[in-house]
Amino acid sequence: MSTQQVRTHAIDMSSVLRNKGSDNGQNETCIKVENLNLFYGEKQALHNINLEMPKKKVTAYIGPSGCGKSTLLRCINRMNDLVDSARIEGQILLDGENIYDKSVNVAALRRRVGMVFQKPNPFPKSIFENVAYGLRIQGINDKRILEETVENSLRGAALWDEMKDRLNDNALGMSGGQQQRLVIARAIAIEPEVLLLDEPASALDPISTLKIEELINELKEKYTIVIVTHNMQQAARVSDYTAFMYMGELIEMGTTSELFTNPEKKQTEDYITGRYG
Amino acid sequence: MDNSKIGHHISEQFNKELEDIRNKVLMMGGLVERQIEQAIEAYTTGNMELAEQVIKQDNDVDLLEVAIDQECTQILALRQPTAFDLRLLITVIKIIHEIERVGDKAERIAEMAIKLANAEIKMSHHELEHMAQLVKGMMHDALDSFARMTLDEVPAITALDVNVDREYDSILRQLITRMMEDPRNITRTLDVLWTVRALERIGDHACYICEHLVYMIKGEDVRHLSQEELEKRVRIPR
Repeated sequence: MSTQQVRTHAIDMSSVLRNKGSDNGQNETCIKVENLNLFYGEKQALHNINLEMPKKKVTAYIGPSGCGKSTLLRCINRMNDLVDSARIEGQILLDGENIYDKSVNVAALRRRVGMVFQKPNPFPKSIFENVAYGLRIQGINDKRILEETVENSLRGAALWDEMKDRLNDNALGMSGGQQQRLVIARAIAIEPEVLLLDEPASALDPISTLKIEELINELKEKYTIVIVTHNMQQAARVSDYTAFMYMGELIEMGTTSELFTNPEKKQTEDYITGRYG
Repeated sequence: MDNSKIGHHISEQFNKELEDIRNKVLMMGGLVERQIEQAIEAYTTGNMELAEQVIKQDNDVDLLEVAIDQECTQILALRQPTAFDLRLLITVIKIIHEIERVGDKAERIAEMAIKLANAEIKMSHHELEHMAQLVKGMMHDALDSFARMTLDEVPAITALDVNVDREYDSILRQLITRMMEDPRNITRTLDVLWTVRALERIGDHACYICEHLVYMIKGEDVRHLSQEELEKRVRIPR
């Protein structure tokens, strides 16, 4: 046998085939949405949504404006409770527990399910205090714990190297991209299980956007991530699964690679290829 | 001709770009079909002028290949196509390569036509011509399937490859016999062999085009599968 033959035989085919992007079926479900209907007053915004989001994976919601993707995202940490006219039917299970159960403490739920919005919203405080905020309101004031958490969170949000010498500067002096990563650091400081990202990069320049996307890729090692984005290429780049929504309905959900190369439904195809249906 | 698969984008410009690419592929296919036809004619009639023309035409085919490739690359970079659009472009990039190779084969046959034009002992062209008709038909139907963007004809086209191979083997046996009969025949017989081999390869390329079309329309990669499996996959509705 020649050297080349030996080398050919030594190729590990499993590593080659793994790139197919298919679902290997070993994913544990983190969030399960069951028969979810949401009404804003008389108007129904979500129609019988059923989907599962696997643990430590990135799930993206795409769809045209007003299709209900942000509404669905906000259901996952009960942000819609803050909207008076909103009424919900059905349930969302987080690790098997219905988050809409009467016994659920909403503040505790939101500690488990962090959220980052389109526009960075740092507090008018120092960088350090922004990240430490979540711990302080939990009554943790131990300087050593705070310092350690702030450093780990800023590292986790890929901001430590840029900011380690400016921890006492006001956060409002940071650039938009840095502020967004600071907000992510603030969200992960309290060690949630799930991160909800609502258009996290839409107000950012391309480089800052790429940094956020890279960060998402790193964060999924530890957290289950759900992201809403208008930018389909972004969904394609960062997510493992994509759900396409249209007029309050879930049209199709699948692995991102399959959905973007060979969607099942014509509506999905028309939307992602920029066709009028 | 059904353009519904290519058109209907919100961007009219994008529709035009895809339509333009499709037309160029068909133009390239048409050129190559003519190349095959003329190469065979040159070969069987000893028309050296026609053979020269086939060789010259190959340049146009090459230029089209490069131009289409560039347009596809540009669309991939600027429009980041998805779903059918993406599969269409990937398929185009692959099938123009196949078409270009077929052009090369026609050129090869034309070269052999020139070489053999003055040969003293002629062989019967009957079987070779039959094989040429077969592969030319396969190529035509494959390109037609691309133009119409359907898979209706695909299983029938790929099924013909067995016949092509059978004819190739049969001619090959005859050529071997000739070479054994008289070693002085070897050089010329080898030239005939190259021609038959070129035809056989054209049949293969037509099949590859069909396989790429299945990917384009169904999103399924059917390369390296058996004829039965291919037929099964084509028949399953999407």
